[in-house]
Amino acid sequence: MRYLPKSDSERREMLEACGVENPEDLFAHLPEAVRLKRPLQLAPGISEYEIVDYFRRRGDRNANGYASFLGAGVYRHYRPVLVDTVVARGEFLTSYTPYQAEISQGTLTTIFEFQTMICQLTGMDVANASMYDGSTGLAEAALMAARLTSKGGLLVARSVHPEYQEVLQTYAKNQGMPITEFDYDAETGMADLDDMERKLNDLTAAVIVQSPNFFGVVEDVKRAAVIAHRRGALLVMGFSEAVSLGILEPPQADIVAGELQSFAITPSYGGPYAGIIATREKFARQMPGRLVGETTDTHGNRAFCLTLATREQHIRREKATSNICTNQALIALMATVFMSVYGKQGLRELAEQNLAKAHYLAGKLKPRFSGPFFNEFVVSTDQPDAINAALLDKKIIGGLPLGRFYPELSDAMLLCATEMSHREDMDNLAEVYWRAGNPVRSRLSAGSEPLKGGKD
Amino acid sequence: MSIKKVRTHISPNEALLFERSSPGKKAYQLPALDVPPVDPRAALGAQNVRAEIEGFPEVSEVEAIRHFTRLSTWNYAIDHGMYPLGSCTMKYNPRVNELVARTEGLAWAHPYQPESLSQGVMEVMAHLESALLEITGMDAVTLQPAAGAQGELTGILLIRALLAQQGNPRKKILIPDSAHGTNPATAAIAGYVVENIRSDEHGLLDLAALEKSVTEDVAGLMVTNPNTLGVFESRIIAAAEVLHRKGALLYMDGANMNALVGIARPGDFGVDVMHLNLHKTFSTPHGGGGPGGGPVAVKKELEPFLPVPRLKRDGDRWTFDYDRPFSIGKVKAFYGNFGVLVRALAYILAHGGNGLRAATMDAVLNANYIRKKLEPFFDLPYALPNMHEVVFSDERQARLGVRTGDIAKRLIDYGFHPYTVSFPLIVRGAMMIEPTETEGKVELDLFIDAMISIAKEIETEPETVKTAPHLTRTSRVDEVKAARKPVLKWTPASP
Repeated sequence: MRYLPKSDSERREMLEACGVENPEDLFAHLPEAVRLKRPLQLAPGISEYEIVDYFRRRGDRNANGYASFLGAGVYRHYRPVLVDTVVARGEFLTSYTPYQAEISQGTLTTIFEFQTMICQLTGMDVANASMYDGSTGLAEAALMAARLTSKGGLLVARSVHPEYQEVLQTYAKNQGMPITEFDYDAETGMADLDDMERKLNDLTAAVIVQSPNFFGVVEDVKRAAVIAHRRGALLVMGFSEAVSLGILEPPQADIVAGELQSFAITPSYGGPYAGIIATREKFARQMPGRLVGETTDTHGNRAFCLTLATREQHIRREKATSNICTNQALIALMATVFMSVYGKQGLRELAEQNLAKAHYLAGKLKPRFSGPFFNEFVVSTDQPDAINAALLDKKIIGGLPLGRFYPELSDAMLLCATEMSHREDMDNLAEVYWRAGNPVRSRLSAGSEPLKGGKD
Repeated sequence: MSIKKVRTHISPNEALLFERSSPGKKAYQLPALDVPPVDPRAALGAQNVRAEIEGFPEVSEVEAIRHFTRLSTWNYAIDHGMYPLGSCTMKYNPRVNELVARTEGLAWAHPYQPESLSQGVMEVMAHLESALLEITGMDAVTLQPAAGAQGELTGILLIRALLAQQGNPRKKILIPDSAHGTNPATAAIAGYVVENIRSDEHGLLDLAALEKSVTEDVAGLMVTNPNTLGVFESRIIAAAEVLHRKGALLYMDGANMNALVGIARPGDFGVDVMHLNLHKTFSTPHGGGGPGGGPVAVKKELEPFLPVPRLKRDGDRWTFDYDRPFSIGKVKAFYGNFGVLVRALAYILAHGGNGLRAATMDAVLNANYIRKKLEPFFDLPYALPNMHEVVFSDERQARLGVRTGDIAKRLIDYGFHPYTVSFPLIVRGAMMIEPTETEGKVELDLFIDAMISIAKEIETEPETVKTAPHLTRTSRVDEVKAARKPVLKWTPASP
């Protein structure tokens, strides 16, 4: 109970002031029938040391000390020390949403900088203060497109992250928004824009692509947008690997919805991350999420505050653009510090290192697709599970077998290399990969297992 | 006036990063590349390679750390003092929680790494699930939703899925007029029409009105308990019966669960589905607006519909079950804000069962103490016993031309963050105060002194209050101007 600051005598004094004898008396108005008449069946409180020890033991039962070639929406990038130094400051960590602008200029200023840098990276005019993550950001972008076009159809590339697609379905289903998929080109791994064009119609609100896509391949977003616009649809582009923005041409999209996990956010088994939505100025009023704007105080000094709140649930209630309230502010701050540390040159250099590492690795393997890729790519193998099992013996976590999400790719796996991938591990991986060319089923021994065995 | 808690000190100025930048400055160094470099234009196609990122910052490491440190000093925070925001539960955020969330094997766990190498993270999740079930008295829980509002959406989609399976998802969700804005926004996103129901003269659920509103069209009622006045909905069991008789369900917004832990369990008073805000009741930091965690707990009949995957025990190991044909699907990629879950579990472990109950009792004591001390000075529109928060009205002060928003701003000069202003909507000029259990008597007394002092100022020098704050580096901010001609990003001054 070390988080309760009162002494017993203070407590007594306060109870007396309240005119009651026991703390229980303050609950006397609760109906008998609702009361819990026994103590909670939870272990007694433990010390700080025991808490640290508890989690260290759990951590040790995970993949500590492994090299990893998993990407698939969650990337291992180095986290500059400044990031945690800044977010550990109580002034950022323990403050609330900056509604009271006069004593929240720190948070407000960093969000304004965040919005600016996201605009610079994406080439968009406006960016919000964050969404929960890339998956919900993409779903909210789809709903936003429906409001902007007064249409409901969604045309989604199969090369969008499969889990993002699942979240999109959950959100769209109850809005009566039908989702149609369009295929990817089996040769290039790029979205099949001819298939998209065939399926596009006048009821389509948005065409949704991701670039680099789930297979790591860079999409022709510009052409997708041109086709979409012909039928009055908006082009929504998602991304999950934000480092790619350091080198790729800013998307020619109407709405960009992305995931910033790559910007100094630990994988943390899937969250918390930070998503964003960015768009053209003319669409800003249909955008979900908080926005910070510049203004002045009564002395004429520059100041920032939350603005355009009439889009939001606390003002507009059931007519709001979204129900989002709590967002990912502190995680967005991590990304802000990351972007400041790397800056204009660093982000480019970082992206070039990722590009070089992935192309080195790909050069030693048998890539499945011919389309241009950034730091992830698909390789063909009829032994994805055996390869991964053999790699685990070398303390290497291999790639993601794709059969789980794409039955036609059950003979393929997705591999990722970042600036944290060592050449030696990549060489080891390549060696195992080619050895498995001769089936090595015996390596699938007890205790080894397929990576996340099939969902479907 | 007598300001006891604070006095002014020097506050550094700081330009925006972009204004601090100059070409060639660096705060990073990458390792030497151990593979051959690649020509981006050859690898990606020239049309795919961007020019430099125009305007992107270029600062040194020292400038970067000073920039963010200086900005941080412009914030108020729990670590500075009491944060009496009603409904927001701004309690102390234990630092050990931050440490353990950064445990290597947890923080660097990839969501697709093999289950055999994920048993530690899965055990943490399972442990938290079982603790939350014991605390809520519910039958099953999903940890996937990212925050309270997403928990609400998950919960309403679960109701929809159950009713749809029974043949008719129905059309309406009932919401009391005292509810948080997220409730109606959520119902709308879940495809329901919102019907507001009026509270009775005590600010409570009006059973008679409810009875009339619950038709075959109604899918459910979303209720916050204790409600946003801090008052326990004493007829909650009867309300649940009214709903259940007509096949509708009871959703509880758990934003105020801080008042109930160890005292009463929603599962025992008729609630079918609820969310918890880990960043409120379970002490995970608000971080200037997030991240949160919004687990959703349900009764058995809703369990088949929970988001995929579900944690499952398989012999001596944990595994994820995706074979859930009735599931509403996924509400978020992967398994939830795991890092937030770690912090919440650390909090529960630190307190234990008895500690959690003691925390609830102190939270309620603190709110009642404030009520007792401030009642002579501020109007209390609803007089029922309150739990963890108390809502005053500015009625007396408004007669002198000073409103709740002004009093809130004046509190800043006294060294406190304002209370929640103008909410709930059923109170005119609401002043909603939630001290939480982590305030000691000294801090509470300073707050009470400040409020009384402001009440007196309003009688003698109302202008001082109406133009507050006066002692901050930033004076009252022009929010109207910000909205009229929005400037949402920095652009270089035109030459």
